[in-house]
This record gives sequence, structure tokens and C-alpha cells, in this order.
Amino acid sequence: MPDYLVRLVQMHESFRKAELQALADVAGIKIEFVRYDEDSPFCIIRLPSDSAAKTVISRGILSQGIYELWGQGSTYDELHASVKEISQPRWKKYEQTPFRFTLDGYRGTKSQAEQRTVIESFSYLNFQGPIRMRDADATFRVFEDYDTHALTPKYLYLGRFVASSGRDAKTTYDLKKRHYISTTSMDAELALLTANIALAAPGKLFYDPFMGTGGFPLACSHFGTIVCGSDIDGRSIRGTGGSARKGQTGKMDVNGNFKQYGLESRYLGAFISDLTNTPLRILQHSNMAGDGYLDGIVCDPPYGIREGLKVLGSREKLNVEERETHLNRFQESTYIPPKRPYSFTAILDDILAFAAATLVEEGRLSMWMPTANDEDIELAIPTHPCLEIVSVCVQPFNKWSRRLLTYRRLSGSQIPPGALDMVKKEYEKGVKADDLNDFRRKYFQGFKEFERLRQETDTPEKLDDTKGISGKWREKSTSG
Amino acid sequence: MKLLTLNFLTCAIKSCKSTPASFPLHPRDAELEIVEADLNILFLKNILPRLMWDELRVIGSELGLPELPSTPPTREDLVEPSTTAIAAPTSDGTRDAGEEEEEEIPTQTAKDLHRVLLETCIKEGKLVCGNCGHEYKVLEGVANFLLPGHLV
Repeated sequence: MPDYLVRLVQMHESFRKAELQALADVAGIKIEFVRYDEDSPFCIIRLPSDSAAKTVISRGILSQGIYELWGQGSTYDELHASVKEISQPRWKKYEQTPFRFTLDGYRGTKSQAEQRTVIESFSYLNFQGPIRMRDADATFRVFEDYDTHALTPKYLYLGRFVASSGRDAKTTYDLKKRHYISTTSMDAELALLTANIALAAPGKLFYDPFMGTGGFPLACSHFGTIVCGSDIDGRSIRGTGGSARKGQTGKMDVNGNFKQYGLESRYLGAFISDLTNTPLRILQHSNMAGDGYLDGIVCDPPYGIREGLKVLGSREKLNVEERETHLNRFQESTYIPPKRPYSFTAILDDILAFAAATLVEEGRLSMWMPTANDEDIELAIPTHPCLEIVSVCVQPFNKWSRRLLTYRRLSGSQIPPGALDMVKKEYEKGVKADDLNDFRRKYFQGFKEFERLRQETDTPEKLDDTKGISGKWREKSTSG
Repeated sequence: MKLLTLNFLTCAIKSCKSTPASFPLHPRDAELEIVEADLNILFLKNILPRLMWDELRVIGSELGLPELPSTPPTREDLVEPSTTAIAAPTSDGTRDAGEEEEEEIPTQTAKDLHRVLLETCIKEGKLVCGNCGHEYKVLEGVANFLLPGHLV
């Protein structure tokens, strides 16, 4: 299989490899990573063909394009030698083709004159075709990889352009241009990325149990998936009569968002519900695989900070008289069901149990979860015997991080017998949000323990890019 | 909400979920609306084995829709045979998205199914549990499954 160079973007680094792998998986294409480094936007992968490369990259969010690798080396002499060794048989094919030659430097630049010298040095390729800077049939690009502030590049590549990525979607779905959003709407780039990692694709059915204004379902439907969602707060689904945005009047709702992007056909609708009392069909015995009906679940559950984490029920157990009142009043149009704060670790486990009971085999759950950047107060990655973790991607902030956890629904035979006889877990008890949500409490205390630890150790850059991951996941992510 | 969602919805009350009568929910006083949507054969094919056909027929007849056939259609029933004689059948549906395949022509069966599942929407009305009789209201096409205090 030929080698291809993927020009990645140098952000959300820990998501990039997971995305490429997912893009290959969703297309059923075999991918092999030859070289990948978190600190570099150049990744070399092995794929069967140009058309496979095009298929894989066309949905990519964290890449710019894919190139057929013609050579590489740490100096120009090495690069030329490598080009002559690897790609000589291909030169003839492009002898008369209209072409262009450009230079792409990462963390370094070259002046126009220097660029010209570099490009001229490839004259041995003997391309006779006309040079066209626009609409060329073949585009060749020299990539230079510099160290920070370095004067000379540390590594070089030559590639022939094959296809560009789907990164434009990030601009199309930009929250700034979306008609209807709320305070915790997920950034369009990350929502699209989540959809990619969850293997959203045409013909599939996806569900978001915490949809809010529908950012995730929208991102999934961009990739052809049929979507539905729910939220405990019906106001966010039904929307409002007006918008605070200049020049926008009329009703703004989730439906309107789908209309804005012309995706109504892929939106099944939404309902108001609470995950702990879901109206969706649940298998009574979740070890029976094959009865699921969802191809994917994507969500960003409320962390209890900007969006309260609540479920149906009352803080205190209702007495007879109070029950009577609810019974008498619940059919009135002004009746609002009581809600109570809920444990964050419990809701994560609830999501996993729900996913295990509703996903088809190989269906995916992708969910976001926050954590402090300090191992002592870090939240553990939840697990379920029917779900296997596929990837853990981390978006670090200053004192906390959030991770995108992706799970795969195992088939019945892959689940070890007896694994489902789980002991009932103990969750935080209490009636106040702070008692129930460790992360929330630490957040509002400003992660003081984290600060204290940092000052004690006095190594401000001790946290590397694996922050937010501990235990065996940390090992996995550093080695991989 | 499109009718297909009813294929996945039961009563939200936990003690009801284990009884067969809680599925499907029965629409009552329903105001229907047809919202045109693009026909998606790939999706219909994938969703077909996940449909609870008998229950779907019940819902259809309660809403006064044209009667659905007594047995569910097969995947082959959804596409016109003449054009797809050479197209390889896909078992998982995930692979054929990017491949250059001849456009599949939907049969009347596919069109009818599409009409019922993906174009017929409940705009206003109620969904009633066949076991406990609890009514879930549908307002502006959004059903409310939040349970009152005494039922949680």
C-alpha cells in the first residue's frame, strides 16, 4: 500500500489520530499509521489507493488535505535522494500535465526568492507541462517542519496533492452564524469531530439525550445520519418567539436550525424526557445483544456548572399529602414536574447502561465529560461490561479538561459471562448539587488543591499533553 | 415528531416498561401533518429490521392511515429490481455510501413506508400508555415525557 502524507491542523492534537482512524473505519478502509507525532502537523499513513485516501479525508475536520508521499528527509539533499528513490517511476505520468509547485512551512517561513530556489531544485523531475497556479491538474507541495524559532527546517516532505478535507464544514456550522443556540452549545468544530469519531454516516440512526439546541444532532445529520434527540428542558427544544440577534425575528427553535442548513429531512424530531426515566424502549436484559436500534449516541451531559444536572423527582421524599397535591394538579397546563439535583458519576453510569441497552452491535457512544487537571481529584473513566472504550481525547483548559470518551457496543459473545452481575454501585448521597457533584464543588472552589500542588512541585509545565488521563488510559495514550 | 419515533417509545414509568401493554403508545386526539422529506432508501433498508411491524400497524390504524400490509416488506421490496440486478447486496449499509453505484429506484412500497414513517408527523395530541393509561401531551410536535412528582 502506498504512503500518504496527511497535513493535519495543529490543534485538538489528541483528537487527530482518533479521527483519522474513525474516518477509515466508517468507510471500511484499512489504515496503517507509519508516523504520527502530537507535536507535528504531518502524519504519514498507509492506504490502499488514491480513491481510498480521498474517501477518508473528505470528511476530515482536523486535517487540511492528503498528499501522495513522494519523498522525505531531514535535509534537502536527503529529500532529493528520497524523491529519486521512491517516486521516479511516477515522474513520467506528470510530464505534460499542467502543474503547480508550492511550499508549506510549519513554524517557519522562507522568502519568495528562497522558495523559488527550493522549487527550482526539483527541476530534475522534468515536468514539461504548463505552470498554472490556478486549476492545475497536479499540485506538488514541499513541506518544511521547523522547531520553534529554528532557522532551518528539521524535516522535509514532498507530496502530490490528492484531496482536501471537509474542514470547511466548521465554517458552515459556525455557532456565530447559527440562528438558534444557547449558553452551552458545543463549538461546531468539536461537534462535527464528535460525529466523525462516533461514525455518523448515511443510513444510520443517532440519538442525543441531552440535545439542548441540537448541536450534536445537527453535526451528525451533516454526515447523512438520521437523528433524534431529547432534553429535560422542553423550552430549549421548542425555542422562543424571538432572538436577541440583530435582524432575526420569528420563532427560533431546533427545527429552525435544521431548516437553516437544509437538513430537515434527516431530523426525526425531539421529545422532552429525563434519561433516568426515559420513554425509549429499553431491553430488560442488556446482555442480549442484537436487540438495539440506535447506531450511535452522542452527547455532552450537563456538568452541573453552567447547566444544572437535574433529574425527575423531589429532593425530599414526598409525604402522602404532597403526593395527593401532585396527583390532583398534574394535568393542569401550568404544572411543572419537580426536579432534583443528581450525582454526576451516577448519570455517567446511567448513560453507559442506556447505551448498552439501546445500541446495535458495533454501535458507538461518544460522550464528553469534564475532569480536573489533577490526578487526586480527577474523575475516573466510567466503564460497562458491554462497552469497550475506543478512544479518549482530551481538550485541556487551564485548571480542568474535558474528554471525549468513545465506546463501542460489544456483541453478546464478546461479553465475558458473569460480567453483567454487577454490584450495585454507591454514589454520592445528598440533596444539594455540591454534595452530589465532586467536579462542581472543586470547580467553584477554584481547584485550590490543584494550585497548591502545583506550587509545591514548582514545575509549572509538569503536565504534558496526557493531562486529564490516568491509570491505564494514560499509558495507552502516551504509547500510542 | 415523525411517526418513526413512536416505534421506539414506550411509557416512561419504570413499572410499566416491563409489561408488553406499555408498547406502543396509543395516539389520541392527534392532529397530523405531512412534512415532505427526501426519500432515503439506505436508511429505510437499515431501519426495516428494527421496526416493530405489528405495533406499527396498530398505530397506523388508530390514526386512520391507509392500512399497512400484514407482513413487513423485505429489503428487496424497497428497490425496483431491474436496475439493481448487478448491485451487490450490502449487509451493513456502511460501505455503499461512497461507492459508485447505480442510483436505486424506490418501489411504491418504499414510498409508502417513507410516507408513513418519515413524512407523517404528530403535531398536537396525546400519547397514551396501554398499561397505566398515563397521557403524554404532544405540543408543537414535541412530546413531553416528564413524569409528575407522584409517579417518579
